[in-house]
Amino acid sequence: MSNITLRYSSLTKKIVMALAGLFLITFLFVHLTVNLMLLFDPTREMFNAGAHFMVTNPVIQFMQIFLFGGILIHIIFGLILQIQNWMARPVGYKVTGWSHTSPFSKFMIHTGIIILIFLTVHIINFFLKAKTGQVNPIQYGDVEYEDMGLLVVDLFKNGGYVIFYVIAMLLLAFHLHHAFQSAFQSLGLNHSKYTPFIKGLSAVVSIVLGLGFMLIPLVVFFSDKF
Amino acid sequence: MNITLEIWRQKNARSKGKFVTYKLDGVSEEMSFLEMLDYFNKTIVEKGGEPVAFEYDCREGICGCCGLHINGYAHGGAHETTTCELRMTKFKDGDKITIEPWRSRAFPVIKDLIVDRSAFDKILRAGGFITANAGAAPDANAIPIRKVDADEAFDSAVCVGCGACVAACKNSSAMLFVSAKISQFAFLPQGRVEAVQRVQKMVARMDELGFGNCTNTGACEARCPKGIKLTNIARMNREFIGAKLGSQIVRH
Repeated sequence: MSNITLRYSSLTKKIVMALAGLFLITFLFVHLTVNLMLLFDPTREMFNAGAHFMVTNPVIQFMQIFLFGGILIHIIFGLILQIQNWMARPVGYKVTGWSHTSPFSKFMIHTGIIILIFLTVHIINFFLKAKTGQVNPIQYGDVEYEDMGLLVVDLFKNGGYVIFYVIAMLLLAFHLHHAFQSAFQSLGLNHSKYTPFIKGLSAVVSIVLGLGFMLIPLVVFFSDKF
Repeated sequence: MNITLEIWRQKNARSKGKFVTYKLDGVSEEMSFLEMLDYFNKTIVEKGGEPVAFEYDCREGICGCCGLHINGYAHGGAHETTTCELRMTKFKDGDKITIEPWRSRAFPVIKDLIVDRSAFDKILRAGGFITANAGAAPDANAIPIRKVDADEAFDSAVCVGCGACVAACKNSSAMLFVSAKISQFAFLPQGRVEAVQRVQKMVARMDELGFGNCTNTGACEARCPKGIKLTNIARMNREFIGAKLGSQIVRH
């Protein structure tokens, strides 16, 4: 794979990174919507119905191919670009000044790697359990769902896990703060009128997604209702 | 004023090189940065030493030769200023000034503070020109061009190719330079004729030469002595996507 991807030009790789990244952001919004259902209904019925839909709906199942493909491409291209970037300066500077540009943009590989570690733990904790039928069923009236909500609540009552989760989401927000507007620049979509709006939107996207995902473990941990 | 200079000394392209610290007395505030280096070299020569090699030509900010990495910033970090335009009034008595050459795989050090920037020329030779005879000066007015387009093209054309964008970029990316050299033609009808080939050839050459990839950080724009904007890079990306998707391949 890496031999093929190395042949692509720098701009092609950047464009693919941007498209994959933007697609992953749309998935994060879907994921957050389902997660927030947990907060609105402490009986977990709404969340479990949402989770059940996500693991059974055929369209969602089909989209999962693109989702995992997108994650894989974003990681592989990101690593190749980063390694090329490190190689482009074999001897560094003794004194490096601080440029007053986006601080988050300087640590994309670092925040990215931590998000990848989080993602691995996250997939083991939830996705694989749901996919392999390791989740206990729960009865609501005459319908039965896998009790994904209980799995989430159990983990979110663990203080150490909550801290890990919140830090990972904070770094995700940092990553997205640069990523969203950067993707537009990579795609050549720069405009004197709309670029300031996209930059503002980038901040909003990172705050909404970051705070949104952080809110759930914090509420579950500190509330008696769960 | 008295200053301390920490300067990268390297005998030639093959030798290893190291930082050497010097004390320099009697520097005047009225000196330009390069005049300070001239004065410093005079003190070295008088003691029978080897003067520090640094590149310069016009000393008025239009040739792009004099790039130095001063105290962590390309061209010393003043807004839209080349090293030759930097004045010693920016420094004060007792300051330590660290001077390094541009650092990039594509810009190897030739001697001391001089780097080989011919990689930029190689990119230009790949497509940074128009093949058609553009005519004499009066012909420039034969084709009417909107003022806004002429201004945009000129704003890109003021790039002097000093390499500060590469030097300042954490990835050693040349995309600000390449995009400026693509943009200066992108607005003009004479430039449109070869636009599809130009962007692809210049980007391919840039990649071959070992420059890094842009991560849209904007350090290049912040350090560019000519105020070349990041919008040029977006335009290059746009030209590239257009060339890849929109061009019809003619087979002979």
